[in-house]
Amino acid sequence: MQNLDSKIPGGPLAEKWAKHKAAIRVVSPANKRKLEIIVVGTGLGGASAAASLAELGYNVKAFCYQDSPRRAHSIAAQGGINAAKNYRNDNDSVYRLFYDTIKGGDYRAREANVYRLAEVSPNIIDQCVAQGVPFAREYGGLLDTRSFGGVLVSRTFYARGQTGQQLLIGAYQALNRQIDQGNVKMYTRHEMLDLVVIDGKARGIIARDLVTGEVRRFGAHAVVIASGGYGNVFFLSTNAMGSNGSAAWQCYKKGAMFANPCYVQIHPTCIPVHGDQQSKLTLMSESLRNDGRVWVPKKKEDAEKLRQGKIRPNDIPAEDRDYYLERRYPSYGNLVPRDVASRAAKERCDAGFGVNSEGKAVFLDFSDAIKRLGRSVIEERYGNLFQMYEKITDVDPYQEPMQIYPAIHYCMGGTWVDYNLMTTIPGLYAIGEANFSDHGANRLGASALMQGLADGYFILPYTIGDYLAGEIMTPKTDTNAPEFVETENRVLSRLEKLMKVRGTKPVDYYHKALGHLVWEYIGMSRNEAGLKKAIQEIQSLRKEFWGNVKIPGELNNLNQELEKAGRLADFFDIAELMARDALNRKESCGGHFREESVTEDGEAKRNDEEFAYASVWEYSGEEKEPVLHREPLTFESIKLSQRSYK
Amino acid sequence: MADKILKKLNIVVWRQKDAKSKGRFETYAIENISQGSSFLEMLDILNNNLIEKGIEPIAFDHDCREGICGMCSLYINGHPHGPDTEVTTCQLHMRKFDEGDTITIEPWRSRAFPVIKDLIVNRSAFDQILQAGGYVSVNTGGVPDGNAIPVSHEDAEEAMDAAACIGCGTCVAACKNSSAMLFVSAKVSHLAKLPQGQVEAKNRARRMVAKMDELGFGGCTNTGACEAECPKSISISNIARLNREYLSARFSE
Repeated sequence: MQNLDSKIPGGPLAEKWAKHKAAIRVVSPANKRKLEIIVVGTGLGGASAAASLAELGYNVKAFCYQDSPRRAHSIAAQGGINAAKNYRNDNDSVYRLFYDTIKGGDYRAREANVYRLAEVSPNIIDQCVAQGVPFAREYGGLLDTRSFGGVLVSRTFYARGQTGQQLLIGAYQALNRQIDQGNVKMYTRHEMLDLVVIDGKARGIIARDLVTGEVRRFGAHAVVIASGGYGNVFFLSTNAMGSNGSAAWQCYKKGAMFANPCYVQIHPTCIPVHGDQQSKLTLMSESLRNDGRVWVPKKKEDAEKLRQGKIRPNDIPAEDRDYYLERRYPSYGNLVPRDVASRAAKERCDAGFGVNSEGKAVFLDFSDAIKRLGRSVIEERYGNLFQMYEKITDVDPYQEPMQIYPAIHYCMGGTWVDYNLMTTIPGLYAIGEANFSDHGANRLGASALMQGLADGYFILPYTIGDYLAGEIMTPKTDTNAPEFVETENRVLSRLEKLMKVRGTKPVDYYHKALGHLVWEYIGMSRNEAGLKKAIQEIQSLRKEFWGNVKIPGELNNLNQELEKAGRLADFFDIAELMARDALNRKESCGGHFREESVTEDGEAKRNDEEFAYASVWEYSGEEKEPVLHREPLTFESIKLSQRSYK
Repeated sequence: MADKILKKLNIVVWRQKDAKSKGRFETYAIENISQGSSFLEMLDILNNNLIEKGIEPIAFDHDCREGICGMCSLYINGHPHGPDTEVTTCQLHMRKFDEGDTITIEPWRSRAFPVIKDLIVNRSAFDQILQAGGYVSVNTGGVPDGNAIPVSHEDAEEAMDAAACIGCGTCVAACKNSSAMLFVSAKVSHLAKLPQGQVEAKNRARRMVAKMDELGFGGCTNTGACEAECPKSISISNIARLNREYLSARFSE
């Protein structure tokens, strides 16, 4: 068994990071110039890390599969970014942000990591402002904030409904400056297909040039995975079409353990699925729940008439509407955390109150807010979201409530990392959504942006130095080493194997089939029988895929079907591990809801005695069951309690 | 409400094997497309039909499918991002088309955006322009508090209007001169409107314009096609601001 040392520093919670920084090693500027770092992915985590590391003097090679680093899917984050600035004087603090995050994550995250995240959060806002991020401002010229789910303070900074875009452009600008100065070599339209490990240390990657199809070797002294989450395992998700889990998964197969794969976030406010031609789902920001009220009809016959199109939502009088979140959770109301809001929507729809033709939608209604604040205020706050909704659905949300339904949005699970963000492979780091560290079993809104930038700007640039200080005598990695040749051959033979199947069904056929399976059995509600069935069905579908997928075109040319096939091949494996993890965790917590573990009023019921640990899975070979390790979660500052938002 | 089904459409599409090969138009028929589907979902279905027939699918760029990443392009029936206004191709829906329509799809056409394959073009020139000064020169750390320098609400909003550019290349594709002025001016305006970006405003304008010229984009003749077609409604007034910054940079040389 490998060593699972989380390297959490000793001492009081509030002093851990400062003490750790004082204790770790630093690389001199002269030596930084000799060291190379590979960063895979250019979203908030990757772009901020690549830029910051290059500013420090390291030689950075950055990779993205898109045609420009600016297109990484962080760009689609809408609502905002949390920071414990307490500009509002509403009694916010580092401790409160830490506490909210631990509680929101249903007590399944590491205290020390989360505290550090809260601690560096104010610096992120300062950094972004200095880069020229046009955050929303009050009339006095100071930064505006709003509220998000699962909290009672207003700590979310935003740039209209395009906060992710603006933060990413900030990081991209910083990255561009380093490219301009020659400190970062940027490889666009390149996809990492494997990790190269030499003498137990990460030394490089094998990547495919997606334009020419050429498979290439890249060496470095350390490798950083910032490749996001695996939400596209569901086929229909709010992720970008190309978002994938392959970089992290190849690292897993090389020995980087994978933690809590069953923790995925189902976001409550997405535009519902229409028909069977759909390729992806669109999120409507959680920020809308600041001003929107969620409801379904009180009477089943009204729901029935809505489904048949016989009445419109505005025909239903106020007294016949069930504002079920306000009813069930009076203190948090419409701003309960995402997992709670999603389950509540599913509960109402399953009970027969769904409002669209499929019976799988609830209303998000702005009429009260428009009456109270006026249309222009709502336009300024959410204009782009309302426009997006109208373009997709052909319904004007200023006139009629939006229809929404939960959809997969984010992965809390990911590559296991220690306090330094290093994986179980020395020299391999994982940051942002790609790692598992900060959000426990459920992420709070506006915290993904915070974590990506915290890792990239303020944590990794410190902790990676501690490892690289031991590498200053290591010469430039030789990409002709046998390990590179061997890994490249393996990559090539897998690509050739896919091309040679020459079956009858396109990749999408299998991806949709996998998505249905995962949504049905490893989605919002899970049980033992379903999970066991899922494992079997995933295995047989994977077998069919490898025997019958049809990939036209050539290996040595731009081939989007081949790209998709490689990613899907890994999604099968990821889905299976998700099911195994969900099966093992016989408790409900956050986004992981086991039907066998429910409180009397239908809420998720944790079992701290048996499950207060992170599940850390170790690869043990093709077709072999992975090995489960447990990292115990110890809480020194927070008392565990059943989460309540009532 | 169930969406109407378009029983038959004719798709005329540009096919080109790679950058060196000669391209041509091909016509494909497609059936039973829901008007609730997006344009790219229609192409997905067409592609899967082609694969089943053993024809290589049409290569096109796309990623977020939420109108924000800027990866999708496509010149549809003579308009970048198609006939709808204020949307990218991924947000264009089939309800904008009728039964029996013939839809012509081409890649962006500009010398600065060479075709890579089918409908995919190389837009790395945009990255290169931004690398030539489209940033504020600050390192990570050691910056003042976010509230240390007040920014008026109006300036922040105007900066945001310009910063909403998604770098998709519509402006270049729509312009008869293949000018990148709207794109360049959006970045120059975004940063010039904020005190943090003002320090380097002149140098930024000078460097970015020089890079734009070097990369083979054409000049601006104020036809306004860029603004009319821009999916994010970036205003042409940004070009006026760029000209102002650029001229004052030249005068102060």
